Amino acid sequence: MNNIWIVTSREYLSRVKKRSFILMTLLAPLLIAAFYGAIIWVSVNDNVGSTEKTIVVVDPQHIFENKIENPAKMSFVFRDNYSITDLVNDNSVDGFLEFPADYKLGDDFALKYQSMKSLSVNDNNKIKDAFGSLLREQKLQNLGITQTAIDSLRVDVSINEFKVDEDGNSKTSNIGINTALGMGLAVMIYFFIFLYGVQVMRGVIEEKTNRIVELIVSTVKPFQLMMGKVIGIAAVGLTQLGIWVILTSVLMSVISVIFGLNMANAPQVSEVANNPAMQDMNGNVAEALTAFYNLPLLKIFTSFLFYFVGGYLFYGALFAAIGSAVDSETDTQQFMMPITLPLVFSFVISFSVVINDPNGALATWLSIIPISSPIVMMVRIPFEPPIWHLLLSMGVLLISILGIIWLAGKIYRTGILMYGKKPTYKELAKWLFYKN
Amino acid sequence: MSILQIQGVSKFYANHTALNKVSFDVPKGKIFGLLGPNGAGKTSLIRIINQITAPDEGQVLFNGEILNKEHIKNIGYLPEERGLYKKMSVYDQLIYFARLRGLNVKSAKDTIEHWLEKFEATTWKKKKIEELSKGMQQKIQFIVTVLHNPDFIILDEPFTGFDPKNTQLIKDEIVNLKNKGASIMLSTHRMESVEAICDEVVLINKAKVIIQGSVNEVRSSLKDNTYEILYQGNLNLSAISGIEVKSQHEKEGVHQLTFSYNIDPKSGLQQFSNQDVVIKSYREVLPSMQEVFLTLTESHE
Repeated sequence: MNNIWIVTSREYLSRVKKRSFILMTLLAPLLIAAFYGAIIWVSVNDNVGSTEKTIVVVDPQHIFENKIENPAKMSFVFRDNYSITDLVNDNSVDGFLEFPADYKLGDDFALKYQSMKSLSVNDNNKIKDAFGSLLREQKLQNLGITQTAIDSLRVDVSINEFKVDEDGNSKTSNIGINTALGMGLAVMIYFFIFLYGVQVMRGVIEEKTNRIVELIVSTVKPFQLMMGKVIGIAAVGLTQLGIWVILTSVLMSVISVIFGLNMANAPQVSEVANNPAMQDMNGNVAEALTAFYNLPLLKIFTSFLFYFVGGYLFYGALFAAIGSAVDSETDTQQFMMPITLPLVFSFVISFSVVINDPNGALATWLSIIPISSPIVMMVRIPFEPPIWHLLLSMGVLLISILGIIWLAGKIYRTGILMYGKKPTYKELAKWLFYKN
Repeated sequence: MSILQIQGVSKFYANHTALNKVSFDVPKGKIFGLLGPNGAGKTSLIRIINQITAPDEGQVLFNGEILNKEHIKNIGYLPEERGLYKKMSVYDQLIYFARLRGLNVKSAKDTIEHWLEKFEATTWKKKKIEELSKGMQQKIQFIVTVLHNPDFIILDEPFTGFDPKNTQLIKDEIVNLKNKGASIMLSTHRMESVEAICDEVVLINKAKVIIQGSVNEVRSSLKDNTYEILYQGNLNLSAISGIEVKSQHEKEGVHQLTFSYNIDPKSGLQQFSNQDVVIKSYREVLPSMQEVFLTLTESHE
């Protein structure tokens, strides 16, 4: 036991002390916070990135003048005539629109837009929308439908979800939040298993090719050596995760406070309040936040830790076994396939099938089978699957981890002392039954 | 008195026999050479002594007791290839191995300090192994081997990567350890080092012991009645009877003659001293360990 501890602490300290680890651990939250800050900044300073566009509409018959609404950040100026020369000489105009000379309001038509700079997708849509809605209303009027009737045709449907539990309490729920949270956590587990699993494998290969094992296995049992490595690297991952969570939340709240103060002081605050779109957005955010806090966060967090560590142990042991069986990293390809394939498969399935039907049969099965459960269950949890699914999945994973570690230990024990030729699967199977 | 007794040890793998009823004793307080061509079974034997694997037949006694886990703290092992973590600093590495061998950090520190000074390596402490030259790495490996002050030290090709100066340093250190009472098992292909420092040797080929004994005994066992004489002056070869000349050289006035006797060597030397020459040296030529090695391993092919 003492030896496992010595090995574990070496694995942990030698990695945590690395410059690359410190850099990654500190930089990632900064990047996330910077990203978060940028989003807030852009949404608060709405004019950033797009400037007011002035577009001339050549409208000698005054068909559109005073009828068309200016879209946001764009104003139409109506002229009887306008030419390319005018455009070149006039810096205040971004472009001009022409339509067929014999045009009658109500006909479909193609606008001709000429400008020095090409039109952005956004602006293109704004122009189409402005002219299109006017045209549609005109056509409806031509059919004898009154303006009042047209206005009453506008519909706006949104779903306010409520999750009802067995006691009959209902809480706001939000499919967007559930999806984002589930996927985010699943992605983290996926990358953690991959990044740290490969680290386990590399570590084993290093010890094997450098003949370090020959020095160590006389005092440390191969199984202890393997477990020390797997546990040590898990601790590295948890440390990194912990620092990320703490740093990111601190940085994010700092950013929120800074921008919160700015919003209060800024003169546009009344503008924001008056802008129905902005109000709407704030409403959405508030609702999403309520939905988020209504989620069983403690359950999600504990399950996340469980699957984070459990998924890693399950695959980490396999990675250790692979590392022990080969002489160099280039030889690992053949054995990596059966490990990476199910991982990638569960990842892809999570983002297609599971997310669309989180409580369906396929999702349920995949969230119980241990090769996919750490990722798939994480996607399901925000959608609150039956508790027995969760417990069964955890139990199955736990038992499988023990089995896999036992299996990997057997391969590892023989593999680390074998040099020269690359073993076949048949030989690996034989190693399972070797006596010491 | 033997520190290690190998008694009828065999080790079988799926397709071949690595060791076939190998028996020999390693004397206490001596430097013992474990010789043999690649694939002879040396590594398998070393692994058994290190308790990495167990023998399929036979047993190993350490200080008269059947080898067990307690003995590991008394054994130091220098593997043929660098057994060090490349990315770990010299100091952390030494502490790690010391702890695995049961030393506490405090006493390990003193020993490490002592050895680093001895090898003029105190300035490398913070350096990673990969930043060191091959010779420097080998010195660290040597410290790892001896820092727990073992009674029995196994050195597998300890001179690899060393320049002549450092080779001498390590040789001196090995002899030093012996003088302090340690028993050393040296596995190497450098036969001149074997001649220089080994007291006894065992030669293994194809999983079996071929010959064992003191270096002199082993060399004498293959002697073929060859003598060498160095002299100045003119020697009348035709006046000497009962010898068969093998080679003749002359360098700066000194003649070298190698020959074998058909008569009793005692009376042979008489004939030379009767002539009008100055005899600089006269000796029986024993085959070098190199020749012994080649002859014995080939004849068993």
